[in-house]
Amino acid sequence: MAHAAEHEYTTTGLSHRKMLMWVFLGSDCLFFGALIATYMVYRGQSLVGPYPIDIIDVPLTTVSTFVLLMSSFAMVQALAATNADNKKATVIWLLATAALGAVFIGFQIYEFNAFKNEGLTLGGNLFGASFFTLTGFHGAHVTLGIIWLVAIAILAAKGRVGSKNALDVELLGLYWHFVDIVWIVIFTLLYLIGGFDVGPVIPGG
Amino acid sequence: MHMAFVVDQVPDAGWFSYANLTEKPFSINRGLDFWAIGLLVMGTASVAGGLNFVVTIINLRAPGMSMMRMPVFVWMTLITSILLVLAFPVITVGLIELTMDRNFGTHFFIPAEGGDPILWQHLFWVFGHPEVYILILPAMGIVSEVLPTFSRKPLFGYPFIVFSGIVIGIMGWAVWSHHMFTVGLGPVANSVFTITTMLIAVPTGIKIFNWIATMWKGSVEFTTAMMFALGFVALFIVGGLSGVSHAISPSDFQQQDTYYIVAHLHYVLFGGSIFGIFSGIYFWYPKITGKMLSETLGKLNFWLLFIGMNLTFFPMHFLGLNGMPRRIYTYSAEFGWENMNQIASFGYVVLFVGFVIFLVNIWQTRSSRFVGHDPWDAPGLEWSIASPPPPYNFAVIPQVEGLDQYWIMKDRAEAAGTPITEPEALVDPSTIHMPSPSYWPIFTAAGVALIGGGLLSHYALSFVGGAIAMMGVIGWGNEPPAAPSDEH
Repeated sequence: MAHAAEHEYTTTGLSHRKMLMWVFLGSDCLFFGALIATYMVYRGQSLVGPYPIDIIDVPLTTVSTFVLLMSSFAMVQALAATNADNKKATVIWLLATAALGAVFIGFQIYEFNAFKNEGLTLGGNLFGASFFTLTGFHGAHVTLGIIWLVAIAILAAKGRVGSKNALDVELLGLYWHFVDIVWIVIFTLLYLIGGFDVGPVIPGG
Repeated sequence: MHMAFVVDQVPDAGWFSYANLTEKPFSINRGLDFWAIGLLVMGTASVAGGLNFVVTIINLRAPGMSMMRMPVFVWMTLITSILLVLAFPVITVGLIELTMDRNFGTHFFIPAEGGDPILWQHLFWVFGHPEVYILILPAMGIVSEVLPTFSRKPLFGYPFIVFSGIVIGIMGWAVWSHHMFTVGLGPVANSVFTITTMLIAVPTGIKIFNWIATMWKGSVEFTTAMMFALGFVALFIVGGLSGVSHAISPSDFQQQDTYYIVAHLHYVLFGGSIFGIFSGIYFWYPKITGKMLSETLGKLNFWLLFIGMNLTFFPMHFLGLNGMPRRIYTYSAEFGWENMNQIASFGYVVLFVGFVIFLVNIWQTRSSRFVGHDPWDAPGLEWSIASPPPPYNFAVIPQVEGLDQYWIMKDRAEAAGTPITEPEALVDPSTIHMPSPSYWPIFTAAGVALIGGGLLSHYALSFVGGAIAMMGVIGWGNEPPAAPSDEH
């Protein structure tokens, strides 16, 4: 295709990269699905403490969840600014998204550290193993997202991001919102529902 | 993964690595770490490849190439890729948990600490059963290309074959526990998985009937590719029948872990996948290289594999039903299993000769002549271009009007009195827009491999690998004409 650079031909009319992003997110759903399944299978199966009721701090994590949700709002603003070719607003909103994500990660580091001090470790019990693995991989996703946000923000500051290539920001947004939604599921299951679990459930047989 | 053999730290828990054989106390060398981390890196690659195939097939079809005009091989590749993309994350999680158990002190699969070895089995088979279809669907696609070509007839019931493939792709997710009937999941689970497993035989059966109907009243030409395709159909029926017999969970209690299962899996994977792949190699070799594989050697190759395969694996049905267990290297003389085992060993020798003949066949094409672009008078558009194909494939993007487009074009040309004898003319490659070659992907891949290597030796190496991978992605993303990074 001679003029592929200006106008990409696609059979469905949907850009390749956007489709790839959606399929990748589908794949990632299964990844988190399996991690969450592990947590759910091992709910109430820990033989020794600390148990969720002893250490999960719902109010604290509610604050960090709120921060992460607000970062999605900032992400939407960043995309709108990109489409409007507003360079300054684009950079500001992208960095705001990254900063809110960083605050969330800060909360997570604090939380992990506090839990460790209270005796919850990877090797201590199943709750620790499944909790740290699941939230740790989520944190890694957020961290990658922050790096990506900063990279695009640098490009935006150089004036290389605008309505012509708004797709770059849109894909970043898809990823960011996905990671956010995963956190909502994790927060619901691990904190709001599982956060009050006490000691081991004695298996029936 | 194969590095494990070089450093003599061999994984020692079977191909499914059931917990808790895989845990530290039972497997003290680093073999399983190599296995797990090697698979994690390969899984990443498979998912990346799968993503590429899905998007390419859905989004980069030639004009007029609607989904229901796509060659069946492409359809099956699409379904396989979707399965890859969705199934690999599950085993990834299992492997991560195993690696953490072995290296970071977690107890995911250690019963003494409350962990559940059965969870590993679930994670493994939720991936593992779709993986079985990942192996067989492409072979089914190849056979669906070869049979019509050498029957000189369009594929019978194309939509049925396509939709059966889709149904297999979906139902493949609902049968994993038939690998675990004897685990003790309870009568409800066993019944459900018995029913789903028997149901999944239906779309496979539909395909087989369609393949047979494709040959019905066609003018069948027995080329090597065709013979392998026929071998595929025949052997897959045998494997399918034994498969249905252990779909029934009570009968599976008898067959579990016996040679009956070994016979079944070799009929579907050797008789199925391998024969399908051989059929594809003999069919497309002249397209890929421009030279023909010898038909004489090819037929010898086919008969040796076909006879050798049946000699090796058919007696295993009897041995298995007689109670000979898998995974035990010897048995006592009083069981009377010697003769059958001897036949199987002899069959293996026949198979070995067959594979050697195949290599000889490939080797001898060095000196053979180039053949035309379309030696089989095939229906697929890939045969309309020169062999081997030019780097740009098609100089002019074809307009697709129906299934078996090249047959349509050849018939039309013949009716007009100007039969097609030449491939599409070559053009100057510089006039065609091509993606620019790039070193960044291999740079990134090296980084990812180094992350794995670091986990096996020094964790610091992993960080170096991570940094290299990150640089690779950024460099890749900044490269024209592609826009910034969307890879993860």
